Amino acid sequence: MAKSIAGPEIERLIQLLAKLPGLGPRSARRAALHLVKKREPILRPLTAAMADALEKVGECSVCGNIDTSDPCTICRDPARDQSVVVVVEDVSDLWALERAKALNAAYHVLGGVLSPLEGIGPEDLTIRQLVERVSKGEVKELVIAVNATVEGQTTAHYLMDQLEGLDVRATRLAHGVPVGGELDYLDEGTLSAAMRSRTAL
Amino acid sequence: MGRQSEIGHLRLFDFRNYELLDLSFQKRFVVFAGPNGAGKTNLLEALSLLSPGRGLRRAPYGEMARQGTQSGFSVKASVRIASEETTVVTSVRLDGEGPNSRLVRIDETQAKSAEELLDIARIVWLTPAMDGLFTGPAGDRRRFLDRMVLSIDPTHGRRASDFERAMRSRNKLLSDNRIDDRWLAGIEMQMAELGVAMAVARNELVANLTNAIALADPDLPFPKAGLVLSPGFEEGGLDGPAVQVEDRYRERLARDRYRDAGAGRTLEGPHRADLEVTHLAKHMPAGLSSTGEQKALLVGLIIAHARLTSVLSGMAPILLLDEIAAHLDARRRASLFDLVGDLGGQTFMTGTDESLFEALGDRAQIITIADGAVREPREE
Repeated sequence: MAKSIAGPEIERLIQLLAKLPGLGPRSARRAALHLVKKREPILRPLTAAMADALEKVGECSVCGNIDTSDPCTICRDPARDQSVVVVVEDVSDLWALERAKALNAAYHVLGGVLSPLEGIGPEDLTIRQLVERVSKGEVKELVIAVNATVEGQTTAHYLMDQLEGLDVRATRLAHGVPVGGELDYLDEGTLSAAMRSRTAL
Repeated sequence: MGRQSEIGHLRLFDFRNYELLDLSFQKRFVVFAGPNGAGKTNLLEALSLLSPGRGLRRAPYGEMARQGTQSGFSVKASVRIASEETTVVTSVRLDGEGPNSRLVRIDETQAKSAEELLDIARIVWLTPAMDGLFTGPAGDRRRFLDRMVLSIDPTHGRRASDFERAMRSRNKLLSDNRIDDRWLAGIEMQMAELGVAMAVARNELVANLTNAIALADPDLPFPKAGLVLSPGFEEGGLDGPAVQVEDRYRERLARDRYRDAGAGRTLEGPHRADLEVTHLAKHMPAGLSSTGEQKALLVGLIIAHARLTSVLSGMAPILLLDEIAAHLDARRRASLFDLVGDLGGQTFMTGTDESLFEALGDRAQIITIADGAVREPREE
């Protein structure tokens, strides 16, 4: 271990920052230094914003979204079609779909995907809550928007199995040509998926 | 003939025994000559990082960094494709910043995956470690086969690693004694789709390669190889449309859960495949041929595959031939150089003795290596 170059308060700040995604020990040191230097313009408002978030932000008990109200803004929005529910792995996926303004619908955040290798089972996800939500009968369509990974697809398959017998239409996102993409550059798997799910012009 | 990629310049930074090394290549044949332990194979390894995977030694990245360095290493190459110059940088950081894998940048843009390298160049190698291929474990032959598929079909690597992940997930559930039928069915469905796609791709490669070998000149000093793939599937193998093969495999996986749980692994699938190679003219298994004969068979196979890659992908592959001259007599060496020359791609070779490459004459650029240092390439 290198000798400590600053007091324990700074060391602790660095250690905590290093736990953030995308930050290693070196960039954490840089961030900590930056925060301490920009005390008034950044450190103070950031501290307040974090305290505020700690106090007010929580998980929506209906869909699992992150918001300051429960149910969340999306679940309470009367202008949204609450009979269509988009199932996503994570809040970040929900945000991505919202940024794209893809669909004026409600969401359900699974909180991950089934992964034996990471020790994540059905009980760690909000699958039971989703089944309950659908059982109430108000949801007419589920859009399964999980990632096209092994775990994502396994989870989708598992979900479909759980929903069997319930009166709900399940759809999934199309796999295919990205907007602005050139066919020449696509891999064969994507191309054949795109060809299979072709649509009428 | 398709487009050619040619490496014009290579820069190593803290890679293996090289602190900083710059090399320029002017010819289609490049020979690294020097005593054992000088660092010739390290140069081929650096070049092999221009293809997906962990290079020709399949070493952990930590081992590729120069001893004593803390930060990591980088390999930078300028590749000419047609007349366009592309810069490829592969770097690995070992200080905890950044990902645990390597970062690939192509013309200053970070590649989404290492598979993008296959757009730049197709690289095929032959190393002394592959000498025991015909007698060694089936896993080595599967890896050899998968690399051959990958240089023609860039999606194969993804397919194989996804299958592996799905299979390990299944094994984990079984070993945890967690027989959740729905969960397992979801995983087995993925395994069936990916596994059959893998097997079909391998099968296609073996068929194409068999054709390519049949068309090769019978008078060459490299004996022709017969290839038989056992795909790893029981009852019915790969017969019938892919959908049926998938269904059969999926049903058997569901049926055999308890057997596999007992064995501690999945007993059926493409991970159990093997490639049987025979010496066609002698009608005998390749593994029973003499050491020299096995090397000649392997060289013949690599050349056939390189030619196939060039025809199917439209890119003449770059060949890395480590200690290639060692087991070949003068006639075979000369013939090898001509065959490789006909392929049209760039070839890098190593050898302890410059004289082994005499037959190349002024077609080759000889670079002499000693103790991690390079003597300036000779001007002719």
